[in-house]
Amino acid sequence: MSAPVPADPRLEQRLEAETREPAPASPKRRGLGGHVWWRHALGILALIWALFPIVFIYSAATNPSGTLNTASLFPSGFSTVNFEALFNDASRPYWTWYKNSMIVSTIGALGAVFVGACAAFAFSRLRFKGRRPGMMFLLLTTFFPALLAIVAMYIIFAGIGDVLPAFGLNTLAGLVLAYLGGALGANVWLLKGYFDTVPRELDEAAIVDGASHARIFFTMTLRLVMPILVTVFMLVFVGLYGEFMLASIFLTDVDTQTLGVGLYGMTLGTTANELFGRFTAGALLASLPVMVLYLAFQKQLVGGLTTGSVK
Amino acid sequence: MTKPLALAIKWVLIAAAVAGAFVIATKLAEAGNTLAVVLAGVVGLGILAIYATRRAVPLKYLAPGVLLMILFQLWPVVYTANLSFTNYGDGHLYSKEESVSDIIAQSVREVPGTPRYKMSVAVKERASVETADLILLLTNPEGATFTGDPSGLKPLAPEGVTKAPSGKILSAPGYTLLTARQVNARSADLSALAVPTSDGGGIKPVGLSEAFEGKPTMSYDAASDRITDSSTTPPTVYAPADARWTNVADPSQTLPQGWKEGVGLANYTRIFTDPTLREGFVSIFVWNLFFAIFSVLSTFLLGMLIALLFNDPRLRGKGIYRSLLILPYALPIFVTALVWKGMFNQDYGIINQLTGLNVDWLGTSLGAKTAILITNLWLGFPYMFIVCTGALQSIPQDVREAATIDGANAFRTLRSIIMPLLLVAVGPLLLASFAFNFNNFGLIYLLTKGGPFNGADTSIGSSDLLITYAYRLAFSGSAPNYGFAAAVSVIIFILVALMSIPGFRRTKALEEIN
Repeated sequence: MSAPVPADPRLEQRLEAETREPAPASPKRRGLGGHVWWRHALGILALIWALFPIVFIYSAATNPSGTLNTASLFPSGFSTVNFEALFNDASRPYWTWYKNSMIVSTIGALGAVFVGACAAFAFSRLRFKGRRPGMMFLLLTTFFPALLAIVAMYIIFAGIGDVLPAFGLNTLAGLVLAYLGGALGANVWLLKGYFDTVPRELDEAAIVDGASHARIFFTMTLRLVMPILVTVFMLVFVGLYGEFMLASIFLTDVDTQTLGVGLYGMTLGTTANELFGRFTAGALLASLPVMVLYLAFQKQLVGGLTTGSVK
Repeated sequence: MTKPLALAIKWVLIAAAVAGAFVIATKLAEAGNTLAVVLAGVVGLGILAIYATRRAVPLKYLAPGVLLMILFQLWPVVYTANLSFTNYGDGHLYSKEESVSDIIAQSVREVPGTPRYKMSVAVKERASVETADLILLLTNPEGATFTGDPSGLKPLAPEGVTKAPSGKILSAPGYTLLTARQVNARSADLSALAVPTSDGGGIKPVGLSEAFEGKPTMSYDAASDRITDSSTTPPTVYAPADARWTNVADPSQTLPQGWKEGVGLANYTRIFTDPTLREGFVSIFVWNLFFAIFSVLSTFLLGMLIALLFNDPRLRGKGIYRSLLILPYALPIFVTALVWKGMFNQDYGIINQLTGLNVDWLGTSLGAKTAILITNLWLGFPYMFIVCTGALQSIPQDVREAATIDGANAFRTLRSIIMPLLLVAVGPLLLASFAFNFNNFGLIYLLTKGGPFNGADTSIGSSDLLITYAYRLAFSGSAPNYGFAAAVSVIIFILVALMSIPGFRRTKALEEIN
């Protein structure tokens, strides 16, 4: 997953400001109105820069001849041959990759949210020795992502595979476990910040009513913090969906690969040019879930990204 | 939820966790790993102590995450550091004892009249048939079944095993059998495989479906620590040197099977003393640093300019602009980087087509680096745009108005008022972006794989980052060198730590843990 950013209290205000309606223009400035056309002109230039590769993906994916040398920036006719070729390629099981990516990202994100929420509850609501050092230690661990220990991860999971084949290299379960190792450090700060905003009086009232800590956590707190759980779920989901390094060394069999590893394989070797149309068709479909997530939950994802991590 | 149901769920989960720990411990015991058995036991008892009692409430919530973190984040880091002091890698994968028994088993020659086994080739269930260690499933002339691998011959329980009339095993629980074609594809691995037997001999495959048991020509004398090859005249004597068995008469001749041993600081001193390596390492480091700094500055500059452009309350359609501008950042890196790789193709890519150039982007050092920087500018500017937009909006309007009243023009306001306030707000994020780009494996690996490779040392690519270099040392090519790769990783750790200190100390959050 991505590198961390220390949580910054100013961010709260900044995000709030960002999501607020823009302040009304001062009367003095309104007098200058009408001279924003050059901003639009430059804005469209920025859009061209941002979008031309994406237009190119679409053009190449719908290009009838489906090779790199015939691909052009603008669509040259609409054809689904690349998609059909992609779906009917027995040596490259595209839908299996899709399914694997979905399984890994969903289970990995659910697991990360669960262990993160549990730990955030402890750090926010319970008082124990080592709480402050614990939080600081978690922040420290996020500076050293597991990808730096990739050699050891590979050897450790090869060893796990010897004892428990279901969790070794080349299994989705093993990959999810490897991802979950970094789950705590990456998300607890974000989660705890939100947990702290839930009034403590609610807990106290529940305790007076005789509720146990488990009952408070599962039936009350988790419901109240649902927005941040959803946000963290989506952040982790997007992060794992795009993760390439660990997946590429863990998943060697074509049937266990995720979209990233599988699509990467299509761009290698002498067939890369010939397969380019199929590759872009696959890339286009692979982009859809995250694109939809981003457009639908822009506020939450952007907010979480600026506090939690960068790409 | 009613109380009895919750209690039932709780105890079922505890029982399942303890049973799981027990199963893992049993399997570890079978594999003979005593330390791991103890650890699994401790974890099992820990789960019992934490969840079955009413004490240690905070631990009940912290245990799952902390356990995962220790196992899959902290332990790998410690293990990497450990590895960096060894020669673990190709030719040095096993212990010295294992190298001796493998050498002896490999030297087996068939003795006329000894039994032949029917053989099937398998891998562990779920393991990759293309890369996993091969296991021989053997049937002796009496019909008894065995599994054989370099660790020795073990009986295979007949339950669930199906055999052809010839005695050849067709399926066995827990193993995936290779088809003849798959075996053929791995014939090199198969011919290197030899199964040591208890009487000092070994079993070796003949063809694809038979194996013979024979007598070795090599012998090991533990007292003098020498291996003698009696198949040559006069017999060749090998002595241990530099973690390999070296011919005493001709030190340039070594046996392929070396062993794993501690080498102290040798991996580190190699980086700094071997002239080719040192030169390559320094050039990687300089480019790595330049890449990270340039990426942060270029993305920040472009992102800030676009944010300033849209920071006008009269402008309509900002929401649409923002949604579209975020797309480069939203798409998965494996899509965007690979598409850019196609666009940078010299002959067919649209970059050369649109600009009318004929640049060999990915084939020359300068071209590859430029391509990487352009791609990363495209990938990273939306993030900076969003961050800057947020920061700009939090700058109070009255500060700007005060500047205007004081007679500052637009540029002066930007330079003296907006920029300082902006930098204070986004400073920590710039540091984090730097730390991220310093190890931006995905972009480099997907776009150029670190290449092109035309330096003095062909293992060092001209657009390599330290992280892609370490990755290649460990996982690409035919001779992985895990120990050396681990040493490079440790150096990256230290560099990241040094660079994170300022960011960490500035973090206001540390003072505000309540």
